Amino acid sequence: MSEPTGRERLLRSLKRPGSRGQITAAVLLAVVGFASVVQVQANERNDDYEGMREEDLVQLLNSLSSASQRAENEISELEQTRSELRSDTDSRQAALEQARERSTVLGILAGTLPAVGPGIVVTVKDPQGNVGIDQVLNGLQELRDAGAEAIELNSSVRVVAQTALEDGENGILVDETELTPPYTIEVIGDPHTLAEALNIYSGFVDDIEGTDIGGSVVIEESSNVEIATLTEPLDPEYAEPVESE
Amino acid sequence: MIAGLGLLVGVILGLMLQPEVPLWLEPYLPIAVVAALDAVFGALRAFLDGIFDDKVFVISFVSNVLIAALIVYLGDKLGVGGQLSTGVIVVLGIRIFSNVTAIRRHIFHA
Repeated sequence: MSEPTGRERLLRSLKRPGSRGQITAAVLLAVVGFASVVQVQANERNDDYEGMREEDLVQLLNSLSSASQRAENEISELEQTRSELRSDTDSRQAALEQARERSTVLGILAGTLPAVGPGIVVTVKDPQGNVGIDQVLNGLQELRDAGAEAIELNSSVRVVAQTALEDGENGILVDETELTPPYTIEVIGDPHTLAEALNIYSGFVDDIEGTDIGGSVVIEESSNVEIATLTEPLDPEYAEPVESE
Repeated sequence: MIAGLGLLVGVILGLMLQPEVPLWLEPYLPIAVVAALDAVFGALRAFLDGIFDDKVFVISFVSNVLIAALIVYLGDKLGVGGQLSTGVIVVLGIRIFSNVTAIRRHIFHA
């Protein structure tokens, strides 16, 4: 029989087990199988950093700490932005609030907003038709002097800065609107001061109740005078605001 | 026959016992396993060549494992453990491939 081939040797050893070489190989192969299975399992279990080398761990730690440093920087930047935005909104809101308040005040003064508040209601009766703009202007002037904040005539005309009065045929023309007696003047302001202003000696009341005119005046102080008439705000055609620094 | 049974027994033992790898062994075990595989394939090739000797097998197996572990240990001490492990794996891989080539020629004549 010639030199057996590798295949024949393999087959022969499979058929006749038990030689010393086979047992040795079996033991060592068992060791290899055991070790590889253990290693495979350890490797699969090792999802944390247990099996890592010291240098790898150090590197990992470094990269983690620099990442956290970056994140912290980002956080502080974002926080700064947030506080900037917040203070921005705050100041914008304050400005808005102020502007709103101002527009309310100006609206009441300019007659573009309805107003309510304490004040007086003056009723002027003029049976002889002698009351003219002289008397009414006088009265309005005295009311303004006494701090009237909003004035309405006959519940149909709001008296503002641009209001013009004229004598009409049956009464007075206020801003092109004809008013006839009896006149009602509704005023918002301090009721007592306003009433006093009309009642001063040879003032509005004296004037109308005098013998020349022969009218009568009733002044009611009220804690709740409502002025609902509005005026159209006019856009100034000629006057322009002076640019201030 | 018995050799194959031995391998099977080892695998089953490992699966059943599921031992924890001790911490000091952890860096060396993978390299040792690859070194042992190299020895096993070398032995199979020698067997097919008809020059198998169990004494040589045992010695080459043990020395392979020990040297692989030693190289890794030394590499760790020198601070090049990772690179050296890679190098050892590459060398052993090449050897395993060449052994498997020879085994293939014997068994399949190709």
